[in-house]
Amino acid sequence: MTAGEPAITEEPGAAVLQGRAVGDTVFKAALTIAVLAVPALLGFLVWELWVGSRLAIERYGFDFITGTTWDPVAEEFGALPLIVGTLTSAAVALVIAVPLSLGVAIYLTEFSPKWLRQPVAFVIELLAAIPSVVYGLWGIFVLIPVLKDHVFPFLRDTLGFLPLFQGPIYGNSMLAAGIILAIMVMPYIMSVSREVLMAVPASQREAALGLGATRWEAAWTAVVPYARSGIVGAVILGLGRALGETMAVTMLIGNRHEIAASLFAPGYTMAAVIANEFTEAASDIHYAALSYVALSLFVVTVIVNGLARILIWRVSRGQAGGGQGV
Amino acid sequence: MSANSLMTPPTVSLPDTAPPPPFGRELIRATDLTAFYGTFAAVKNVTIGFEANRVHALIGPSGCGKSTFLRTLNRMHEVVGGHVTGRVLLGRDDIYGPRVSLTNLRRRVGMVFQKPTPFPTMSIYQNVAAGLKVGARQSRPEIDAIVERALQQAGLWNEVKDRLRQSAVALSGGQQQRLCIARTIAPEPAVILLDEPTASLDPQGTQRIEELLFNLKKDFTIIIVTHNMQQAARVSDTTTFFYLGTMVETGATKQIFTAPTQERTEAYITGRFG
Repeated sequence: MTAGEPAITEEPGAAVLQGRAVGDTVFKAALTIAVLAVPALLGFLVWELWVGSRLAIERYGFDFITGTTWDPVAEEFGALPLIVGTLTSAAVALVIAVPLSLGVAIYLTEFSPKWLRQPVAFVIELLAAIPSVVYGLWGIFVLIPVLKDHVFPFLRDTLGFLPLFQGPIYGNSMLAAGIILAIMVMPYIMSVSREVLMAVPASQREAALGLGATRWEAAWTAVVPYARSGIVGAVILGLGRALGETMAVTMLIGNRHEIAASLFAPGYTMAAVIANEFTEAASDIHYAALSYVALSLFVVTVIVNGLARILIWRVSRGQAGGGQGV
Repeated sequence: MSANSLMTPPTVSLPDTAPPPPFGRELIRATDLTAFYGTFAAVKNVTIGFEANRVHALIGPSGCGKSTFLRTLNRMHEVVGGHVTGRVLLGRDDIYGPRVSLTNLRRRVGMVFQKPTPFPTMSIYQNVAAGLKVGARQSRPEIDAIVERALQQAGLWNEVKDRLRQSAVALSGGQQQRLCIARTIAPEPAVILLDEPTASLDPQGTQRIEELLFNLKKDFTIIIVTHNMQQAARVSDTTTFFYLGTMVETGATKQIFTAPTQERTEAYITGRFG
């Protein structure tokens, strides 16, 4: 272009400004389809479960949820022990895993020497890569013998006044399943909480330290509260995993349709019963009952996650804690 | 911020009061202080004393070491992995002495940062009381009284007295910074360190803080880092000029701004560099 000449040489009215970004249109359409596919898939899944369990729904209705007998031969199906087992094993897992993983995350972000941070985090995250059947085998050959011979008797001797730690010790039990689940969900809770804690601005730490807080006080009064909604999110991620985990639990929980007060007693979970019985189900109603269990598991998961979302929302909204006393 | 405006007298208001009496009680003194990040010395061989109940300004271009120096006075420099040689005396105590408790030191030498740093999960009340929880437990009425007094001193009480339970992040930037000042003075420190406290505030918020400093120096010794020379001229009794990690000149603010003895000081305050 030579100086002094107008930049646009086309005649007036030539469509120099018109045009379509075809790439954008295609890209947008592709993404829209991908986005819509997710809820569509979910809807299809629910519908499929619904159709599969129709027979059982019509026959048992809500009694299925409250019933406690599971007898495929007599065609009597009640899923309450499974629901209780799923919730109990997940709760045990969280009780063990949350303090542990949170402790590790706080240690790694606030206290550990710099050279230690990456290796420890890496090793813990590696735990997430182990297949769950391997956890199951390790549980059977290593964990259960140790629990049965040492840990459970110790618990019964020290905490035996609680119904949770009474009764005969078999090895395979709700507690064993809860412990293996705790180990399995720890990497998730730990690595997400660690990310969240690392994202807390340094100024918050410095403000606390500048007030004369010790490192521990700074972590506990400034850093952790700042990150708390993210930490709750990390716990929910772990919870979701604990509720749905199948293989390792099936191998360790003992697979007994029963609601026991003691964590030493065997139990059963929804996921485990589906894994165990689906391939050998003999009758249509048995299939339908298993589908109904799957549907119930889906509903339980949705409810638990919904409650957890509300918790996050309340935690991040009620920042000042309203009437909470100082 | 153009430093040239310093040369046009109407825009600069130097304190009308006479320079402070030269032999006031010295509260904090750094001797031959060198501060390192790793092997890099950000502050080199600084020796300077600060009198009680004055506002002392530290000025200089970015990277001159003024903030680092400030952070050596309550050992916050160590938080980012730095270390020092030399001594800092607070009264008669060497703050780098062997048995010094960082908690006690920082309760005696409080700090306010560049960006307001209220604790977002705490209420206004809880924020002010945050520094009190450490150490002796006070009763509820005692804490109430301390919180009210600190907010009064920080000039924030009238604005927040009806919403002490609300979240601190609902306050404006200027209010948040005054809240941080209240939080810093609640444990009754002797010295308050302010690290560019108005850098993120609008002119009105800045003015409130500057006015506040005049009142606060009755009760506290104030050391303020600022990159705003007009601010140093307006609020401080003494001014110290840092350049490339060394202390170039220190003296009464009026003298530094009207008759600096060092050429580099003059060049800086007249805006010829920095």
